[in-house]
Amino acid sequence: MIPDRYTHTAIALHWLTALLIVALFPLGVYMADLALSPLKLKLISYHKWLGVTVFLLLLLRLAWRLGHKPPPLPDGMPLWQRHAANGLHLVLYLLLFAIPLSGWLMSSAKGFQTVYLGVLPLPDLIGKDKALGDLLREVHEVLNMTLLVMLLAHVAAALRHHFIERDGILARMLPFLDRGDSK
Amino acid sequence: MMRLLSLLVLLASGVAHGAEFGTLLAEKSSIAFVSKQMNVPVEGAFRKFTAQIVLDPARPEAGRAQIEIDLASIDAGSEEANEEVKGRSWFNVRDFPRAVFSSTSVKSLGGGRFETGGKLSIRGKALEVRAPFTLRQEKDILTVDGSFQLKRLDYGIGSGIWSDTSVVADEVQIKFHFVLSPTRK
Repeated sequence: MIPDRYTHTAIALHWLTALLIVALFPLGVYMADLALSPLKLKLISYHKWLGVTVFLLLLLRLAWRLGHKPPPLPDGMPLWQRHAANGLHLVLYLLLFAIPLSGWLMSSAKGFQTVYLGVLPLPDLIGKDKALGDLLREVHEVLNMTLLVMLLAHVAAALRHHFIERDGILARMLPFLDRGDSK
Repeated sequence: MMRLLSLLVLLASGVAHGAEFGTLLAEKSSIAFVSKQMNVPVEGAFRKFTAQIVLDPARPEAGRAQIEIDLASIDAGSEEANEEVKGRSWFNVRDFPRAVFSSTSVKSLGGGRFETGGKLSIRGKALEVRAPFTLRQEKDILTVDGSFQLKRLDYGIGSGIWSDTSVVADEVQIKFHFVLSPTRK
């Protein structure tokens, strides 16, 4: 039996976010240790633009979720799994909020404003402050390592549901599987 | 009568001298700039410079300025940028430690605005620049504020891989703020 699926919009937003994170994470790790060069300045800008995009997608997802409840978990799912799933999703949402925010603040503290796509300047919420900038960089890194661990758990859980429990949980979020009954 | 005249002349010259500002208050003065990296404005400044400026607000056209900037004192926004821009492909401070501006003219633009013209030498290359400025006098303090744009590549600042102006723009805005007290006699 296949439970109700997520809406097309929720599925698209989920996988777009996933794709961006797969690009952002190695980009961030790689550029951080590069010596100063035009390439580094470009990569930092691209990283910021993608990060702002993830942040915007998160806001869209939350707004969409308010009007479109996710499909219910299967009836037979143990309580601990329900709590674990909901808790993990909450943590992922929090990280997707906190990570771009810490990057944005770090950028301001280091004295470099974020200009989205090179055209839309984001306000500097804090002034230039080297010590704070270094601290925010640490925060940004720790949050990202936490995200990495949480995402591994997220993927492992999805695969476990799909291949071991075979309860159709993963299929609810997979694109191109719909039978014409979702919107 | 002659004595009265010579007294008047003496008084007049005394007033004129009293209105001449020529002592730079270095701690209150600044030379800053804004460059654009990936379209992001980045502020910078030169911490050390000398400025020999003589300006009489009553006769600004007679003013003159000689400004020398210690390029190694640059703050380009971050430590790694500071190291980078002192290097060969930027200012090459080892061979060209100073940038020098020598005024050749000051003219009034009207409305309390003035413009100085002169030669700006960087990396051994002297080019004509013109910089508009305003004057503000409060008792014995004269403040000179102005800005102008230069094209870094005209001087070969940021060559090689850095000549890509889509990353670091060619145009750099220079902002100067000089605070002067009257010439010491």
